Amino acid sequence: MNAAPVQRDVHAELKGVTRIYSAVPGAGAKLPVPALGPIDLDLVRGEFFAVVGPSGCGKSTFLEVLAGLQKPSAGSVSFEGKPVSGQVPEGIGVVFQEDASFPWLTVWDNVAFGLRRNGVAAPEMRRRVEDALAFMGLKDFARAFPSQLSGGMRQRVCIARTLVLQPRLILLDEPFGALDAQTRLLMGDEVLRLWRRTGATVLLITHALDEAAMLADRIGAMSARPGRFIEVIATGWPRERDSTIVGAAAFGEITGRLWERLRGESLKALGHSDVAALAAE
Amino acid sequence: MTRVGLIRLVVIAALIGALELACRTGLIDHRIIIAPSEMASALWTLLASGSLDADIARTLGLIGLVTALSIVLGFAAGVAIHALPRLREALDPFFATYYAVPVFIFYPVLIAIFGLTLMPIVLIGVSTAIVAMIIATLNGLDRVPRVLGKVARVHRLGRIATALQLQLPAAAPYLFTGIKLAVSYGFIAVIAAEFILSPAGLGRDIADAYADFNNRRMYALILFLLVVATLVNAVLHSLDMRFAARRSGGRA
Repeated sequence: MNAAPVQRDVHAELKGVTRIYSAVPGAGAKLPVPALGPIDLDLVRGEFFAVVGPSGCGKSTFLEVLAGLQKPSAGSVSFEGKPVSGQVPEGIGVVFQEDASFPWLTVWDNVAFGLRRNGVAAPEMRRRVEDALAFMGLKDFARAFPSQLSGGMRQRVCIARTLVLQPRLILLDEPFGALDAQTRLLMGDEVLRLWRRTGATVLLITHALDEAAMLADRIGAMSARPGRFIEVIATGWPRERDSTIVGAAAFGEITGRLWERLRGESLKALGHSDVAALAAE
Repeated sequence: MTRVGLIRLVVIAALIGALELACRTGLIDHRIIIAPSEMASALWTLLASGSLDADIARTLGLIGLVTALSIVLGFAAGVAIHALPRLREALDPFFATYYAVPVFIFYPVLIAIFGLTLMPIVLIGVSTAIVAMIIATLNGLDRVPRVLGKVARVHRLGRIATALQLQLPAAAPYLFTGIKLAVSYGFIAVIAAEFILSPAGLGRDIADAYADFNNRRMYALILFLLVVATLVNAVLHSLDMRFAARRSGGRA
């Protein structure tokens, strides 16, 4: 199913994208493994798009192809009208699920890493780092090392490290996957704040239906592997929103609809093909 | 000083005191072991006379050379082997059993080839220490989180920048373990090689003093090597603790 854009200010575009992993002799995979697609999707400038789907359906592969970390096997990806293939373009920032903070650097130096690499002048670097630290609530931990912080705070360090580079497209690969439910809700509020302030386009990969329903303008529900969009749901939330919307009636409707679409796919992903067929009926 | 450190110090002082007492009361024959205070006094006299200077410079210089070569070549070999998985698969059994083989058995062969020069000692030293550094490098590189590779690409870092700015610091704790082992193996190999067959050096001095029943000189030299090895290891341990404390926010 094609994901129709809300409006035509397309920021990133995927056309007929597939990703097939080649067979690796001795690694158990005797045949090529289709992991993704075909995918057709337009990301609209400034929108918050979430992708949900069963485990192993290719969500992270989708993000990595869009980021330029993997080359698509077929189809094309473009960002701001320029093709993306095998190299991450300037303007794209990625936050990963795993803790990607640098344990040998302080929080301040972690956040400044990309700016130093880009040769940003010291006063400008200081301003941007301190701004990002304040925005992410890390100002009092600037001189701390990541090992002194909780998992949620380390993930905030990684978000701040992305934020200082002022990306126009922010890709979040299950950044709160390892956090407890309450912390995830609060981190969701922070991501919404960040999204509103930066005006960036945000793409969030998540396995949590409630997280997707709370954060996104549009939610792409992905099939079991190879992942395709089986439905794209527009949530209709106002831009000014926070985690209190989980109490709204529409929130329950959205999560219910997502689960209705994904239950059969999740069963397929678990290998229960008979049950999945029944669920589809 | 921590409580554990204090206990450690008390245990060492008690052992030295017991040995001193046993030697002074004749419980241990002075032809076998001399009192620790006598060892220290003999060492002081030797150092003050300057007669040891050449041997100290030669032995410590050799240890430094062997350690430096082992660290640099071991690191380079570790990086190369890590980049070639099939070669690594082939070499893994050798690394696993390397220290079960006494490399000193090749010392006579090396002397036959190179003569009584420094070369056999350097080769024996490097072949003893280098594998510890190779294994430490492989361990370190194995433990660099895969996500750092993706972070490097997001920041558009080249291969060298990725290695220097992300992989090397991430692997540093394991590399430092390799450095500590290389230093220890360097000490052992050089002293032992000098001891077996060498025209000079502290190992040779100890062997000569032993052959001449010169217990004062022999124990003074042994004490000197013990002190130097302990000091070097203490400095490395302190650096290791400092780095670990930085990474763990003072919880090391």
